[in-house]
Amino acid sequence: MSSHYPTTTQQKTTKRMKKILIVDDEPNIVMALEYTFKKNNFEVFIARDGKEALEILEKQLPDVIILDVMMPMVDGYATLEEIKKDDRLSHCKVIFLSAKNKEKDIEKGLELGANLYVVKPFSTKKLVEQVHDLIEN
Amino acid sequence: MSSVGLLIILALYMLILFYIAYWAEKRDHSRWTNNPYIYSLSLAVYCTAWTYYGSIGVAANSGLGYLPIYLGPIIIIPTWMIILKKIIRISRVNKISSIADFISLRYGNDRFLGALVTIVCISGIVPYIALQLKSISDTFHIVTKTESSSNIFYDTTTYACIALALFASYYGTRYVDASEKRRGIVTAVAMESILKLVFFLIIGIYVTYFVFDGFDDIYAKASVLENFDKKNSVGGLTGGINWFFLCILSMFAIFLLPRQFHTSIVENNKETHIRTAMWLFPLYLLLFNIFVFPIAWGGNILFQGKGLNSDTYSLLIPQFFNNNALTVLVFLGGFSAAISMIIVSSIALATMLSNNLLIPYGFVGSLQNKSQEKNNKRIIRSRKIGIFLLIILAYAIYRIFILDYSLVSIGLVSFVVIAQLAPAFFGALFWRRGSNKGAITGILVGFGICCYTLLAPYALGITDSTSLFIQEGPWGIELLKPFQLFGLDYLQPIPHALFWSLFFNVMCFAAVSVSFRGNYRERNYAEMFVDIDKYITNHEDAFVWKGTAYVSDIERVLQRFLGEERTKRALSIFNLKYNIDKNVATADARFIKFAENLLTGHIGTASAKILIASVVKEDEISLPEVLRILEESKENIIINKKLTDTSNELQKISEQLKVANEELVKKDIQKDEFLDTVTHELRTPITAIRAASEILHDDEDVPFEVRKQFLQNIISESDRLNRLIDKILDLEKFETGKQKIYLSRNNIALTVEKTLASVKQLINNKKIQVSFEDAGKEIRAFYDEERIIQVIHNLLSNAIKFSSETNGLISIQITENESNVAVTIHNNGKGIKHEDFEAIFDKFYQSRNQNVKKPIGSGLGLAICKQIIEHHKGAIWAENNVKEGATFVFTLPNYNTTENN
Repeated sequence: MSSHYPTTTQQKTTKRMKKILIVDDEPNIVMALEYTFKKNNFEVFIARDGKEALEILEKQLPDVIILDVMMPMVDGYATLEEIKKDDRLSHCKVIFLSAKNKEKDIEKGLELGANLYVVKPFSTKKLVEQVHDLIEN
Repeated sequence: MSSVGLLIILALYMLILFYIAYWAEKRDHSRWTNNPYIYSLSLAVYCTAWTYYGSIGVAANSGLGYLPIYLGPIIIIPTWMIILKKIIRISRVNKISSIADFISLRYGNDRFLGALVTIVCISGIVPYIALQLKSISDTFHIVTKTESSSNIFYDTTTYACIALALFASYYGTRYVDASEKRRGIVTAVAMESILKLVFFLIIGIYVTYFVFDGFDDIYAKASVLENFDKKNSVGGLTGGINWFFLCILSMFAIFLLPRQFHTSIVENNKETHIRTAMWLFPLYLLLFNIFVFPIAWGGNILFQGKGLNSDTYSLLIPQFFNNNALTVLVFLGGFSAAISMIIVSSIALATMLSNNLLIPYGFVGSLQNKSQEKNNKRIIRSRKIGIFLLIILAYAIYRIFILDYSLVSIGLVSFVVIAQLAPAFFGALFWRRGSNKGAITGILVGFGICCYTLLAPYALGITDSTSLFIQEGPWGIELLKPFQLFGLDYLQPIPHALFWSLFFNVMCFAAVSVSFRGNYRERNYAEMFVDIDKYITNHEDAFVWKGTAYVSDIERVLQRFLGEERTKRALSIFNLKYNIDKNVATADARFIKFAENLLTGHIGTASAKILIASVVKEDEISLPEVLRILEESKENIIINKKLTDTSNELQKISEQLKVANEELVKKDIQKDEFLDTVTHELRTPITAIRAASEILHDDEDVPFEVRKQFLQNIISESDRLNRLIDKILDLEKFETGKQKIYLSRNNIALTVEKTLASVKQLINNKKIQVSFEDAGKEIRAFYDEERIIQVIHNLLSNAIKFSSETNGLISIQITENESNVAVTIHNNGKGIKHEDFEAIFDKFYQSRNQNVKKPIGSGLGLAICKQIIEHHKGAIWAENNVKEGATFVFTLPNYNTTENN
């Protein structure tokens, strides 16, 4: 898929490309996210559920992980707990992405150690800004 | 029969009785000792040597005159269910142990009245005991053919009497608490009752059928004797009135005699035993009396003209025929009759003596300061000495006074004396106005008249009409002739005395009670006695008392008699009963009454009151106030009952409400969860639509292919959203019953084929094999085809989604039985856990553990399937009968479910 998407050649030589891992089981949402972040010069990795995500994380060290909560097999919360156990991933920023917008859900997400909790439906433009903010700090 | 031989037989007999008493004591609560027959038979202590010997004497001399003594009880016994039950309840609740306690408690717990009743009882009963001893002595001498010696030390009965006194004093005082049951004595008395009846029947049968040839034979031979007719009629009006009074006398006696009060009331364990007694006791009396007439007239026939004492015919007849064994048997029967009376009466009298005379007027003060053991020892010792002395006193009276009178006459005198208690006693039960002064006055006056008209003449030995005193009255005053007071001359001495004594007794009792109202304490007890049924459950509530009292003070007093442990236990029972905190220091009226009750068994009601009163400070309380409090407490009892009933109902309702509430809460939670999941599900396609739209809007350089893809996403997600909304609405309609289904007979195999065709693309995409063997068959069932297609479609979608990736296989089978058709859809690959079999049909099924799992599909499909199938009156479920994969089965009826079968 990544071959469809253009990249700006200038940015390639000056900085290292930021890596982002998108974990969500909805293909259409993944498609939109993938396009957006590739357009913004990210190297995009995709996992469809927590299990796949953890497998990818064994080899890669993304700067940001966008994590959906409701997934089959291993859900977002469990995945985050696993991530937090791994010292290598300590500097990864994690953004929860969920349609669950109750206070207790947001609190739970943040307590588990997410850096940000974004509620669906979201604005792709805003999400990119939030990701940049997170990485710069 | 030699004296020594007879003594040995007696000793053996006593030993057997001793053993029975001992054995009964050991057996706690066994049905042998706690049953209604033992109780009813123990009441037969009413029949003493008087019945055994005396009746025969009366029958031989004055015909049917022996009957009234038994008619009285038989007539009054039907009232036992009411009256006796009432007395038993009052006595149980107040721990009353004697008739003196009963009367004195009712009239204000007054010790003087208790002492007076005790003296009356002793005066009445000790002569009676004396006559029992006389009968033992006389019959002993007849059987051994010896003379009674004027030197008491040579007379064997002296020693028998001493032995008896020792036995009674030992066994009668096993327990300090006089209101505790004496199983041993009661059982022994019941045994004796059986024995005396049996022996009497034996001698009766012997005389009637062996000496003579039956009742007719005796009647024939007797009727030729002189005065036969005269003796065997009632005797006209005078005779009738005499009979009447004798009946009344015995009616009273059956309640008032101390031995009767003791066996029927104090020793009663269960109110229901009264029912047995009510038929067994009259039966006993009747049986006893069958052979009195034959024996009496048989004796008259055999011994006419010899002038023998007809009391002893039952011994003389077998002796006449040299039947030694029978003679001894008869003697033993009479002996039993006598000693059961002596033992029970002396115990009852000694209890009264100790509780109502010795302790209240004697050493109650010193009991306060001693330890429990010392106190109890003293009390028991006083009772032991009491019993012993009373029996010895009776013996002395017998030697001094009663050498010549007939048994019956002494017995009747005794009855008349006891009858003086009748107005106060029955007034206690039914008349609230009866007062202490009235009772005392009545009893004193009645007793006085008794003495004048009966006791004095008998004691002075001037009962025959040769005495001047009898003939002309004291100082010649004709109206005061002892046997014809105020000119009443057609009554025999006994009924005469009864009439006048009771007349003045009742008059004084009523007049004084009405003129001098009792104090509040009497009024309180009056209420508690007359209305016992109202107060019985919480009788302590009915006790009115005002003042200052401390629990610790009263506790100390209680410990002097009950000991520390029993006191503690009693207190905790009290606190539990009235729901009182055990740390409360002050004592209220209920506690006072409770404490008095506990002591009553040991030392009598009067002494208990004295002791408790000595450690508390009572305030004066006026009669109107008492009446007011009693009214209030009566109302309270009624309100309490209503409250308890209402509270029970409320409890029931509250339980029901709790259950209903839990249901609602559950449903509420379910609804919340449902709403949560629905919004989440709806937001997911919206998220995809929004993201794609935003990209297309903001980015100008989206490549053509990508743009097409995104627009396609928007379309398909919009469709998805729409379908979801449809499903939710569908489900809602099913659940609220608004959904219509159109049933008709259809071919289920065809329906399956149709549905398979619609998912053909998906099947081919995943390269799944489908096995449907029943394709092309005609299998009829009754259903709405559109809906069932929906169901099969859902199940197939699931099967496709979860079948194995590499060699997916879906197999479908249709089976039929008489009432329905079953469709089974199986896919290999992912199976379903056993514990989830039911849960997957829930809306937005979530598995049991807390992790949030994404539902299969939208999560609603299976829920809708279940609703559809159930609306068809079918069933749908999951199975795991194959090793791997999932199996779903649903059934549809093959008959028309809308028609009534």
